[in-house]
Amino acid sequence: MTRRIGNRFGKLRRENRAGLVTYTVAGDPDPATSRKILGGLPEAGADFIELGMPFSDPMADGPAIQLASLRALHNGGGMINTLNMVRNFRTRDMDTPIILMGYYNPIHCYGSQRFLDEALDAGVDGLIIVDLPPEEDDELCHPCLTSGLNWIRLTTPTSDDRRLEKVLKHSSGFVYHVSIAGITGTRSAELEDIESAVQRIRRQTDLPVAVGFGIRTAEQVRAISEIADAAVVGSALVNVIREGIDSGRSGDDIAAALHALVRELASGTV
Amino acid sequence: MLDNQHTKPESFRSGPDEAGHFGIFGGRFVAETLMPLILSVEEAWNACRHDPDFLSEMESHARDYIGRPSPLYFARRLTRELGGAKIYFKRDELNHTGSHKINNTLGQILLARRMNKTRIIAETGAGQHGVATATVCALFNLPCVIYMGETDMERQAPNVFRMKLLGAEVIPVTSGTATLKDAMNEALRDWVANVTDTFYIIGTVAGPHPYPEMVREFQSVIGRETRDQIMEREGRIPDTLVACIGGGSNAMGLFHPFLDDESVKIFGVEAAGHGIESGKHAASLSGGKPGVLHGNRTYLLQNDDGQIIDAHSISAGLDYPGIGPEHSWLHETGRVSYVSVTDSEALEAFRLCCRTEGIIPALEPSHALAHVARIAPDMAKDRIIVMNMCGRGDKDVFAVAEVLGDIL
Repeated sequence: MTRRIGNRFGKLRRENRAGLVTYTVAGDPDPATSRKILGGLPEAGADFIELGMPFSDPMADGPAIQLASLRALHNGGGMINTLNMVRNFRTRDMDTPIILMGYYNPIHCYGSQRFLDEALDAGVDGLIIVDLPPEEDDELCHPCLTSGLNWIRLTTPTSDDRRLEKVLKHSSGFVYHVSIAGITGTRSAELEDIESAVQRIRRQTDLPVAVGFGIRTAEQVRAISEIADAAVVGSALVNVIREGIDSGRSGDDIAAALHALVRELASGTV
Repeated sequence: MLDNQHTKPESFRSGPDEAGHFGIFGGRFVAETLMPLILSVEEAWNACRHDPDFLSEMESHARDYIGRPSPLYFARRLTRELGGAKIYFKRDELNHTGSHKINNTLGQILLARRMNKTRIIAETGAGQHGVATATVCALFNLPCVIYMGETDMERQAPNVFRMKLLGAEVIPVTSGTATLKDAMNEALRDWVANVTDTFYIIGTVAGPHPYPEMVREFQSVIGRETRDQIMEREGRIPDTLVACIGGGSNAMGLFHPFLDDESVKIFGVEAAGHGIESGKHAASLSGGKPGVLHGNRTYLLQNDDGQIIDAHSISAGLDYPGIGPEHSWLHETGRVSYVSVTDSEALEAFRLCCRTEGIIPALEPSHALAHVARIAPDMAKDRIIVMNMCGRGDKDVFAVAEVLGDIL
């Protein structure tokens, strides 16, 4: 198994703080700007990088992330670009964990084993594949773990204790708790609900727990940091890109604005 | 990977397996939030499907409300015109709401009631499934939300109005390409956010297990009735079955009871739009490859990067970039032959049917009829073809007028 995720959580424990996971879509709004965004994330304060693999039909995501996917695809994004971006990033950063998140079809189409081999070689540390529940573990989960990549699973408010056991069974790296029953970039959960869910997860696993969906401010990151090991921010960052395009900003300016927001969000992890 | 290609199963009617697989197709590819709900739908379905109370409730509504059984009609003039095999229409266009769709929405809403769900959602392309869903929601007094692509709302305006009359809320979908696949994405998004009270009535034999099996079972009434009726009329089963395929629910309904009758040739007709080679079509089997979308593995229209490509057909009801997983399996095992018919061939068949039989067919079964017109002339006069007339054409006359207006 790649060690970057475990190492990073170890470092966070030593620093006695929670981590910030940033989500952006590979290739959004275009490959060049997306590379700039990715390259500057660690310095801005991202402890983990979740990179979205663009897909035409992301049915668990809200409009912000679907639009980001379509922008990326329109401007030449896709699986080959995604893997190249990771390769390029790894020439300068060997420590920040990268998790690819997305849907199964582009991987299915690329060829699962070919994808796993190339992702590992490029420097990917883990996968989150939204539409592969434990019932379909033979598809990619088992080959992924065999290849040495982490398989990061989503827990949700609909996961009761019996379901949690099943979901956590082949999870590695960390657990991603989806704090609302819903799609990305919509509402936020009540803090006490998140807290009891995280406690329930911790009773069944020693893996670190990250919390995502509906987190968009430094204040929310601070609140999550009190009860979980990491906070995930996605749609809020993706919206910075859309606003930048809408107001005609250059790629450099868009990257700078996004990094500024990451810096602010990271202040909540201390 | 497609290792089931040349092995002939013992029965073609025994699928899916417990995990919802037809060979390598089908399955349950959904977000974790939905999994517990999908499993509870499966549990409820398995409890109902052989329950005599559930079945008799279905039957009484099918008879008194839908108007079943639908007639099996010998198309005398069409048969004479084509000069070969005897052609029968299974007339599911005479059902209440004008298509086969209500066979399924009736079954699913009865299941939703058993599960104590209090809100219904559905996707629709042409609007036939939306109308059939809105209709049973009115019948059982349940709030109904229909997702429909903005593009489809424009070209199927009469159906939008019908759904609203029936009390449904029709939500325009603007994401993606604003057609049926996006309406399905949007319905899934709604469901993820409303898991406790909402039941999703999927309109075709696709989606995560148990939907492909469940919808097939609700539609199989078409094939079961056909079998009884043709035995009564001809004293034997048909030689050939023909049905059109978008997602494939009317076809699965007609085919399934005959799959193990080796003597019966079965044709599924996909929409070739402007022609397969043009790239503007809706023929997932003829022009696509296996992939995973909307909860199942099946043939999909997609590019080299695994991104879904928009389908095209003059018939909004066939305009879907996927196909039910059982059809993918029947295709690879070779049990069913899948062919395709272009927009213009379907229009020609549409006119032929109006002229010879006094029946205005929907554009969907006009595709099936075009294939009947191809094969019937070369068959002996004692051969029998049954075609599923799965919808009436009232909804299509404006779209057809736009194309044929200057010719008529």
